Amino acid sequence: MLNIFKLAARNLMRYKRRTFLTAMLITLGVVAVLLFVSISGSFKTMMIGQITDSMLGHLQIHRKGYLASIDSLPLNRNLSAKQVAKIEQVLAGENSVDTYAMRIRLGAMFSNFAETTNIRLNAILPDQELNTVPLIAKRVIQGQSAGLIEKGDILIPELIAKGMKVKVGDAIVLVANNKDGSVNGLSLKVRGILEGIPGPGGRDGVIHLEDAKTLLRITGVEISEIAIRLKDMDQLPQTYADLKAKLSSIKNQQGQPVFEVHTWEKLSPFFNIAKMIDLMTFFIRIMLVAIVLVSIMNVMIMAVYERINEIGTISAIGTLPTRILGIFVVEGFLLGILGTAIGTVISLIAIAAMNATQISFDFGRQTGLLLEPTISAGEVVVVVLTVIGIAVVASLQPAYKAAKMDPIEALRHV
Amino acid sequence: MSLIIAKNLKKTYTAGDITVNAIQGVDFSIESGSFVSFVGPSGSGKSTLLNMIGCLDPPTEGSLQVVDNDITRFDRREAALFRGKNIGFVFQDFNLIPVLTVFENVEYPLQMVQNWPTAKRRQRVQDLLEAVGMADQGHKYPSQISGGQKQRVAIARALVTNAKLVLADEPTANLDKATANRIIILMKKMRDEFDTTFVFSTHDPRVVKNAEIIHTLEDGRLAKSETGNGGHHA
Repeated sequence: MLNIFKLAARNLMRYKRRTFLTAMLITLGVVAVLLFVSISGSFKTMMIGQITDSMLGHLQIHRKGYLASIDSLPLNRNLSAKQVAKIEQVLAGENSVDTYAMRIRLGAMFSNFAETTNIRLNAILPDQELNTVPLIAKRVIQGQSAGLIEKGDILIPELIAKGMKVKVGDAIVLVANNKDGSVNGLSLKVRGILEGIPGPGGRDGVIHLEDAKTLLRITGVEISEIAIRLKDMDQLPQTYADLKAKLSSIKNQQGQPVFEVHTWEKLSPFFNIAKMIDLMTFFIRIMLVAIVLVSIMNVMIMAVYERINEIGTISAIGTLPTRILGIFVVEGFLLGILGTAIGTVISLIAIAAMNATQISFDFGRQTGLLLEPTISAGEVVVVVLTVIGIAVVASLQPAYKAAKMDPIEALRHV
Repeated sequence: MSLIIAKNLKKTYTAGDITVNAIQGVDFSIESGSFVSFVGPSGSGKSTLLNMIGCLDPPTEGSLQVVDNDITRFDRREAALFRGKNIGFVFQDFNLIPVLTVFENVEYPLQMVQNWPTAKRRQRVQDLLEAVGMADQGHKYPSQISGGQKQRVAIARALVTNAKLVLADEPTANLDKATANRIIILMKKMRDEFDTTFVFSTHDPRVVKNAEIIHTLEDGRLAKSETGNGGHHA
């Protein structure tokens, strides 16, 4: 076998320029894929982190039907004390769950005593919220972020602050209907301004859960949603499946499930962008496969054509067709290895260089995001194996042609 | 003892509506250890006959026994195995593998065809290179040696597997007279040294005179068989 490799390597070196150009083409493809995968992957991971860690959490549990009518923030679909207790019991049995936060979501009228507008609010318990979505404090762009919120305070979204000309420290009034239809008002002080982020709830204001209960005249426990943070994001599919199985087994008197559980993917429109990134990565990979396939097949067809007489000679002196096939397949294999090795080295250096130079970029309203491309060993292995596999596949047809060549015809070839 | 026995051997090529009877019912036998030449003008069927003997081209009709094997029944793989074991080839254009050194070219059949162990293989190659007078050129590539030297290497490659039969198709056609003579003398010497049967084709009268048995082909038929000036075999 070593002899076949030696012969194949020497044959590749026979046409140095062609070998170099083909290897460079493969290198270019490998670099394009690895860089795209690393940059898009990092962007995706960062954006998912932003969305889950500053707003949504990894999973959310609601009363059945809440999500379908979330635009109206229905208070009559809140979870009762008994239902919350049931969910807490289920969550306690899930080792992958790190922490969770109870929220009341509500709509209200926001008045600065001169003007009034609509506002969507997320009423939270600050300790729970900070543990579950730790990046929320970073969204406080003006005012006090420490402790996130206290009773009597409100964090207002940036757009309302600008539109209503409200500053940190100003007094405002919230007026809301409770689920029975009665109206109540509550005076609060603006504690800070919240940066808006894309997706549902990204432009909601934040108040303390106790203030929401006061405003809505809730005496017991009523919760709109429970946001859950996992110890490890990779456990999301399994945990989702477990929770779904456990919660869907809890039914009401009509035999209908009481709860619904959703991952961030269902809750955030960014998931579609993430899917598009995955799709683009897939097409970039297809292009790589096409580049490798066409370039190696082209080179190997040329190699066979140029060495017809040589094939006739080795065939005449008794080389078995399978060994002739092996000689040409190994040539393609080595060409694939060469291009992949160079491409992988260049890509890893480029990724390290990008990390070292601290490239920043803007995404939507978020500015100065740091590009930190990374690539897993698994991704590199997949790309390397794909290229080498395709190189071998691309060599098979020309190699087969060489192996099947009639020695007489081959020896006659000039 | 006959190494090759051909009976009513025929070879017909068809290209579209045109049929060419390259060999038209040839009978002959070649004894083991003989030095035989097929002569005749271009198109007389010399190369076709050698190709059939060498299991490269199956006969259309007739029987052909080589080294006690009915080679007309071989499939491609069997033919390749038979060639690798029993037959050495010397080509008009030398046909050395350009990316291998002289040593590696001679080593090729032992390494890639017969899988000899390394030490034994290297010794055998060295012996053969010494026999053909190329021992000091082993490190060179074919592009670095002359035509005559290339043909010496080709002869060494043909003999290295202990082939019972060496087929040489116009082995001196691309060589000058002096070199051609030296190659024929070398082939004869190798025959004597290794007791290998040499069958070669030529239309060069300078070379023919060295053959021990001369079969003359005309239009695919064996016109005459005679003992040559160089021979002791009848």
